[in-house]
Amino acid sequence: MSEILRANNVSMVFGGLTAVDNISLAMEDNEILSLIGPNGAGKTTFFNMLTGVYKPTTGNIIFMDEDITHLKAHQRVAKGISRTFQNIRLFKDMTALENLMVAHPRCNQENLARVLLGGRKLKMQRQAIVEECEEILEIVGLKEKEGELATNLPYGKQRLLEIGRALATDPKLVLLDEPGAGMNSVEKEELTALIRHITEKMGKNVLLIEHDMKFVMGISDRILVLDHGELIANGVPREIQTNPQVIEAYLGKGMIDDEEE
Amino acid sequence: MQSIIIDLFQKPGQYKKVAGFILVALLAAFPYIYFNNYYLHIAILVGIFVILSLSLNLITGFTGQLCLGHAAFYGVGAYVGALLMKNLQMNFFLALIVSFLVTGLFGLLLGIPTLRLRGDYLAIVTLGFGEIVRLVFINWEEVTNGPMGLRSIPAPSIMGFVLKERYMFYYLILIMVLLVLFLMNRLINSGFGMAMQTIKADEIAAESIGIYPVKYKLIAFILSSGLAGVAGCFYASYVSYISPTTFVYNTSVTILAMVVLGGLGSLAGSVIGAAVLTLIPEVLRFISDYRMLLFGALMVLMMIFKPEGFWGVSKRVKNIYKLKAGRRHHERDIKSQ
Ligand SMILES: Nc1ncnc2c1ncn2[C@@H]1O[C@H](COP(=O)(O)OP(=O)(O)OP(=O)(O)O)[C@@H](O)[C@H]1O
Ligand SMILES: [Mg+2]
Repeated sequence: MSEILRANNVSMVFGGLTAVDNISLAMEDNEILSLIGPNGAGKTTFFNMLTGVYKPTTGNIIFMDEDITHLKAHQRVAKGISRTFQNIRLFKDMTALENLMVAHPRCNQENLARVLLGGRKLKMQRQAIVEECEEILEIVGLKEKEGELATNLPYGKQRLLEIGRALATDPKLVLLDEPGAGMNSVEKEELTALIRHITEKMGKNVLLIEHDMKFVMGISDRILVLDHGELIANGVPREIQTNPQVIEAYLGKGMIDDEEE
Repeated sequence: MQSIIIDLFQKPGQYKKVAGFILVALLAAFPYIYFNNYYLHIAILVGIFVILSLSLNLITGFTGQLCLGHAAFYGVGAYVGALLMKNLQMNFFLALIVSFLVTGLFGLLLGIPTLRLRGDYLAIVTLGFGEIVRLVFINWEEVTNGPMGLRSIPAPSIMGFVLKERYMFYYLILIMVLLVLFLMNRLINSGFGMAMQTIKADEIAAESIGIYPVKYKLIAFILSSGLAGVAGCFYASYVSYISPTTFVYNTSVTILAMVVLGGLGSLAGSVIGAAVLTLIPEVLRFISDYRMLLFGALMVLMMIFKPEGFWGVSKRVKNIYKLKAGRRHHERDIKSQ
């Protein structure tokens, strides 16, 4: 197994607050890795550093043997990292299909001169883009909703559409920030199946943040636990469940009861 | 009757094409129906402002970057065009292209430092640019002839044939407007245009799918300012006399009002906005003293009752490429049956 992602001593300091404190981790190719931890632990901040929204205060990030610490967000997408957001950030006034199309590299990198000149070749290229995006819509189960404006979709479907949009960039690594938030148990089962499809059938790597313990334990190959910006545990689900430090971190926040319903 | 009109504009494809064709035919026949120099003059002004509002819509309406100095680009285009045609006897059409390039270059130089930043820095910088340009027009007397302005700017000529009649200018601007609309429509309904609109909607989301906002903002702004320059060059040749008073802050605000009232991010809206706001002051000339008051009241009412503009953003049901997805599969299915 080869390594797809590595973070070396990564920290993020906001003013006086250390949101992420000296974290190192490695992600193997073809594993589903989860990041858990209480509210404010620094999970989303860590994602933001991986995707280039924030520059780490210290440390560096290696993606497929290349140091990407100094690349801008859009350049990292071209390298093969894409993501979803904890608070959904779809393009509300675009249709479901358009949300995917605009993420498709051949669509958003269309050449200005070619666009103005038009022509049959351009049209054929676009037909191919539309079809590829339709296939992705099929995968996330939104094929019948393709003409629907994103804003009119129910919450759970918006989460799926955002996963579809991330897939449309043709990534190697997909970062999902609480993909199951706001979903009911049926939707969560479908989500589990979708994530398995993405990793097993499409050969992509998934790193996800999730609060729902049942969901996380069921899907993850390995789990990392973050608390107050520090990595406090790293292991397979069974190890994490019995790790006293993890239980302590969650009990300290009174969260384990909330999450296990 | 009303339902027919509504039908005409809501049904896609065929109806829209028919409506568009009739509209163009009517516009082409206009000089024959109303052969009146005053009406033609107003129509030509509408054409100029349609190009100005369409160009501003590109950066402000579609890409979401507020620009408060559009009249400055209009002015730079007018002065550059006028000087080239007057002093170098440059052909009008060549001067149009040079005006586009020079004003576009100004757009680039203003855009590089400001469009890299998130936020409304472009508004502040273009506001300042507008004032600087106005002062340069007034004070750089050797070149601009100061407050007196430039006189006897030659009319366009095509291979020796001089366009000196007003209706000729009318057809020229009509062709220019249709060309701009045609190209803008292609630009907006493309992957490039979609990328521009994601920046207006959410820059962080745009970056998360591989779009570099600076690139699209900059290109949109260069095209926007360049196009305003083209409108300026045409204006200079049409009126044959330009002075700094035309290219002031008030004009920038008027163009912005056309875009906002017509509908941010709507091509049809820009056309309607430009037409209405050019016509209203003319129609209300008989109450000249209260003209601006009425004008202001209308704007306020509009903002209260229809804040998305006359036209608003059309609700798409399919996709911007206007392609039916999965057609290839569909055809294959039919064949295999
Ligand atoms: N841009 C920012 N500026 C200042 N502080 C920030 C910023 N972003 C995050 N923080 C702080 O960093 C800490 C970690 O936040 P983060 O969003 O990464 O937590 P999280 O683990 O994702 O929590 P949650 O489970 O609630 O989503 C919090 O204390 C938060 O207030
Ligand atoms: Mg978070």
